[in-house]
Amino acid sequence: MSLKAKDLTGIKELDVEDIELILETAAGFKDVLGRDIKKVPALRGKTAVNLFYEPSTRTRTSFELAAKRLSTDVVNFSVSTSSVVKGESLRDTALTIQALGADLIIVRHPCSGAPHFLARYLDASVINAGDGTDEHPTQALLDLLTMREKRGAIKGLEVAIVGDILHSRVAKSNIYALSKLGAGVRLIGPPTLVPPFMEEVGATIFSDMDAGLEGADIIMMLRIQMERQGKGFFPTKEEYFKNWGLTARRLMRARKNAVVMHPGPMNRGVEIASDVADGQRSAILEQVTNGLAVRMAVLYLLSGVKQ
Amino acid sequence: MQLPSHITLAVPKQAGLRMAKKLLDKKDIERMITRMTHQIIEKNKGTRSLCLVGIQRGGVHLARRLSARMKEIEKKDVPVGTLDIALYRDDINVRKEQPVVRRTELHCTVDNKKVILVDDVLFTGRSIRAAMDAIMDFGRPAAIQLAVLVDRGHRELPVKADFVGKNIPTSLKETVKVQFEEEGNEDRVVLE
Repeated sequence: MSLKAKDLTGIKELDVEDIELILETAAGFKDVLGRDIKKVPALRGKTAVNLFYEPSTRTRTSFELAAKRLSTDVVNFSVSTSSVVKGESLRDTALTIQALGADLIIVRHPCSGAPHFLARYLDASVINAGDGTDEHPTQALLDLLTMREKRGAIKGLEVAIVGDILHSRVAKSNIYALSKLGAGVRLIGPPTLVPPFMEEVGATIFSDMDAGLEGADIIMMLRIQMERQGKGFFPTKEEYFKNWGLTARRLMRARKNAVVMHPGPMNRGVEIASDVADGQRSAILEQVTNGLAVRMAVLYLLSGVKQ
Repeated sequence: MQLPSHITLAVPKQAGLRMAKKLLDKKDIERMITRMTHQIIEKNKGTRSLCLVGIQRGGVHLARRLSARMKEIEKKDVPVGTLDIALYRDDINVRKEQPVVRRTELHCTVDNKKVILVDDVLFTGRSIRAAMDAIMDFGRPAAIQLAVLVDRGHRELPVKADFVGKNIPTSLKETVKVQFEEEGNEDRVVLE
């Protein structure tokens, strides 16, 4: 079994069958992660390159560990100390890395569409690790795996995504994924950060958080991107927390067995209260483990596609 | 002759266009399992520190049956684990598609155990090589022994089974299929 494309550019490009295959395979890899010897020889001799044009610790580390657990050699290409500062174009950098023998190129880039662009020029498999405000497919896949583990089938779940939807690639990938798998999507946040056109993809928009959380199965909190603060999207952090922060009291609005998720890194006291983040309903640390399994699955499955 | 692309040839397998020959039936398989169980117990002087590990998928059913028969004969429970060898195969760079990753659940430590690897058909020996590598990643067994229902020959690696249900000489063009009730078929071994 393999994915249909040689690349993972976004959830948008996957069909339900692909998503199911990745989740099934990831479940098998979770098993590997629980062993004493967490390394398998599956992708021995392959080379993966982390090409990150934006800062990232958790995603990069997660991909790096995933590759290492599959016995793939990993190179971290740090843009700040590379030829990129000398003015090399994205395409030239990627072609150079490919010429060095990379089989898998994992890209994070501030411009939406950068991985799609590279996928056209490279024979190596390109994996999107976040492009601009477009997509972050492996995050959505790990979220799906977490939801499935916690609640069984995804179909029919009511998922509330709360926060900065406008700038969030995590939200976008999740919206594509959830609507493909038949879950209901609610978007909650200040009107300045929830674009109204999202209703066209089938999501319901709420600016009142209490109303939006009513009966939700999953509450997915997004990080308030502090670097975008001061542009007038909302007045202050305190006011944001008052209106859209997830507190224990607000959590009561959702279903009794509702699951709280957050892609990290968290701003405690801004989008989520500390006691909720560390509480029993929180699946935040499980998401991190599942991220490793999902990324192993993606690397493994993409290695099976012959160019 | 090249067919136009819109025409596909559906080959009905049941219609006998492809010769499928039934080699062994339910009764034969039952007797073989009984004999193999006795041989395993005899060689290991009982069931102490034994651990049956079935290779996904055909080997798993066989391992469970061997364990059930051991329970009847020796009144002892012998643990049964399942082993997926997809991540240890040697043909990942050759195959077009990745093998499906299935569960590995050993249910026991393999350290100092006598591990009986169980598979339905022994052919090239490559799966067994992969399975032994996988087992070694879980610990250091005292010994690994191999039990297979059918040995069809054509080894590509120096692998030999300790317990064999039946030796069936085959040509490379043929395939041997072991079917179990657990997968919705009647118990049988067919040659195609």
